[in-house]
Amino acid sequence: MKLKTALLGAAATLVFAPAAYAERGSDGEVKIIYWQAVSTLNPYLSSGTKDVETASLVIEPLAGFDENGVVIPRLVTEIPTVENGGVSADLTSITWRIKPGLVWSDGTPVTAHDAVFTANYCMDPAGGCAQLARYEGIKSVEALDDLTVKITYNEPRPNPYTAFVGATSPLLQAAQFANCVGAAASSCTEQNFAPVGTGPFVVTEFRTNDVVQMEANPNYRDAAKPAFAKVTVKGGGEAAAAARAVMETGEFDYAWNTQISPEVQGQMATGGKGEFIYAFGTLVERIEMNMTDPSPSLPEGERATAAHPHPILSDIRVRTALSKAIDRDVLVEVGYGNAGRATCNLVPAPAAFASDNTDCLVQDVEGAKALLTEAGWVPGPDGVRVKDGMRLKLLYQTSVNAVRQDFQSIIKQWWNDIGVEVELKAIDAGVYFGGDAGSPDTFQKFYADVEMYANNFDGTDPEPYLAHYTCEKAPSPATQWQGENVNRYCDPAYDALVVELGRTGEMDKRAELARRMNDMLTKDTMTIVPLVDRGRLSARSLSLGGVVLNTWDSELWNVSDWYRVK
Amino acid sequence: MFTFALRRFLIAIPTLLIISLAIFLLLEAAPGDPLGDVPLTVPPDVKEKMRAALGLDSPWFVRYFLWLKQFFWVEPLNLVDYIFGTDYAQGMQRVISFQSRQPVMQIIAQRVPQTLTVVGMSYLIGVSIALPIGIYSAYRQYSWFDQIGTLVSMIGFSVPTFFSGVVLIIVFGVKLQWFPSIYDTMHQVTDWESFLKQVRQMAMPVMVLSLYNAAQISRFMRSSMLDNLNQDYVRTARAKGLTETVVLLVHVLRNSLIPVVTVIALGVPTIFGGAIITEQVFKVNGLGQQLITSIHSNDMPMVMTLTFIFAILIVTFNLIADLLYGILDPRIRYD
Repeated sequence: MKLKTALLGAAATLVFAPAAYAERGSDGEVKIIYWQAVSTLNPYLSSGTKDVETASLVIEPLAGFDENGVVIPRLVTEIPTVENGGVSADLTSITWRIKPGLVWSDGTPVTAHDAVFTANYCMDPAGGCAQLARYEGIKSVEALDDLTVKITYNEPRPNPYTAFVGATSPLLQAAQFANCVGAAASSCTEQNFAPVGTGPFVVTEFRTNDVVQMEANPNYRDAAKPAFAKVTVKGGGEAAAAARAVMETGEFDYAWNTQISPEVQGQMATGGKGEFIYAFGTLVERIEMNMTDPSPSLPEGERATAAHPHPILSDIRVRTALSKAIDRDVLVEVGYGNAGRATCNLVPAPAAFASDNTDCLVQDVEGAKALLTEAGWVPGPDGVRVKDGMRLKLLYQTSVNAVRQDFQSIIKQWWNDIGVEVELKAIDAGVYFGGDAGSPDTFQKFYADVEMYANNFDGTDPEPYLAHYTCEKAPSPATQWQGENVNRYCDPAYDALVVELGRTGEMDKRAELARRMNDMLTKDTMTIVPLVDRGRLSARSLSLGGVVLNTWDSELWNVSDWYRVK
Repeated sequence: MFTFALRRFLIAIPTLLIISLAIFLLLEAAPGDPLGDVPLTVPPDVKEKMRAALGLDSPWFVRYFLWLKQFFWVEPLNLVDYIFGTDYAQGMQRVISFQSRQPVMQIIAQRVPQTLTVVGMSYLIGVSIALPIGIYSAYRQYSWFDQIGTLVSMIGFSVPTFFSGVVLIIVFGVKLQWFPSIYDTMHQVTDWESFLKQVRQMAMPVMVLSLYNAAQISRFMRSSMLDNLNQDYVRTARAKGLTETVVLLVHVLRNSLIPVVTVIALGVPTIFGGAIITEQVFKVNGLGQQLITSIHSNDMPMVMTLTFIFAILIVTFNLIADLLYGILDPRIRYD
């Protein structure tokens, strides 16, 4: 009995100990630097990470993701699942229950009607909502009562955690945004710059592309949080300067996305004021192979379309050889340091979805040469391989970016070593990713043989991402060169798997299917040659506690738990 | 003089209209896309809807005339409303930034103070250092003072601000920790202490910019003084028995200032243009920083409006420089 009391007492002390000194607003001000300055605090009008993440201090979704990618409740009592009846057995609807007694920062209650309003706000055709993908395929969003929201989908949805989950689809207050629906969305500057939310902070001053000041939300649901009374989010400059402000001068507590060269990272780490933190998500730097012929000699309209298979890269042996010639660990060391790791997977995470495909990690120059010889490419007089009078020459394009240009020149050297002539091309990122159908330089048009960029998927479910590689999603003149299947990869068996994945609800089976599809695109066909799994790198001051880097949701997802180390 | 001023003013109107069209067409023809920064995770059809919501689906001339209407009619009306509390502009679409969806003019108004305090101050300091240096260097040509002045201005002129700025940050911000490396735009001067803080945070950007400005203007001042010092009227003045101070500061200086005034006056619009690089390096976030972020994100209304305002300023200060000639040199008359 005595022991039990003592143990209970000890446990109680442990539980209450943090609460004893954690009092709302007791730790003063926390200063965050986002070198890409914040433009607006309405994530529905901007897809910029800087905007979405800063807004996440103020407005919250019903549920979010933790650092392991697990869905966690924020404004709801629990996560709806098929088991607890929150998700219907046929997977077509999901019902969320909002925590009773929850209030907005202005003191009015949060209701299911706010959620319905938010969905309608984003789904309004004239609004130009940047997060529309989160609300895709929704038949209806209705408030069953004041605290119950039911979302019905057009068809079964194995992953129903899209609308109202994650920092990209937070709840807006219906009362505040009532006059901002549709075309009026743009004119609501006041609302967009200071949304009323349920998050730990409220906006006190917003200067677009410069600075945001916030103070603790007096009505935040946890009376002891946040520990900080004020937040300043400053913008401007570049990544190195932001890192310096945390790591060397100590002017700021947290710097977002401090992607700088490993060498500079090492120098700054000796500053003694902060540390770099990193975590891995799904962002993969990769080389994409063009399966169609981009030759300028073909007429416009046929160039780089399925009508003409690529004269060199259609042979899988060539693609495999190109992958074998690359030493991914060297690339990591040069470009990313701790914030990168070599990968052979298109879907590197979550763990269940990541294939055990590691064949590509070891560089094999001799193997690559042998494969090319086997494919009929024999070294010519100048070392460049030839076959039937054609030189093995590739045009390798990417966007202008210091790391990418380093990668280009290193990979060019490796490919030269196996007898491939490489021409490099670097295109301004705005043009390359701009998607302008009139420009010959977009990554979708892919008027090159191989190209490099990075991509990831939103949230933890790779289904929409893997569905990019169906035959019909190939960019072509008919689609105004839009579409995600930039390789023009086309395999009916793959398309069938995409359909199957869309019908499968069971987690294990989904993971297995995703792994199989990942392998089809990578090691089986070498259509996509992944290089580096790029982590997120940020910097925190040693005096800032409670930071947990999260790549699945806003980086500032747990700012209510941050505190000053004393 | 008045008819001259009026004529110049009237010519300025078509000039500015042509400039606005040229800027618009250049922006239109430039590669890039306002939605280029949208992450690849956003599907193409969503992007298409976002494009339509920005009004980008209408042809270029429609957008150009819309901008003209907004800039020359809606924005002045809004200003009238703001000053007199009226509501003429109620419900009219203002020039809206693509990036933040805030009226462009509000952003500019918010940023002008930062730019004026930092860039304006550095221009003022630059000019007030440059004139005495230029005068004395010319008077004592090839003396050690002149040699050092030449050396310093060569450095100021040829070292780019993105280099000198970062060097200053590393020396004074990181190593010595005298000055903050990041400018606090929210800082309010209320008492002596906050004033000192303001001085400290302005010190580095102002230093970098005034060195650059002083270098340029002192060279102009020096050569203009040299041109005049060898003129006959200077010898006459000295022969009349005037003191060196009077000869130098009244006779020579007044004549030498004419070309320098043009240079100084034409430099004033660049103050408003901000110092793109210096503002970026020190995070001053004035008009220059806004311009460069807007260019990066292809925020066309913002870039268009800012560059056009700069064009107006340049045309205006050209006019002012011309009128100043007449005042400084009574021989110049425009009638």
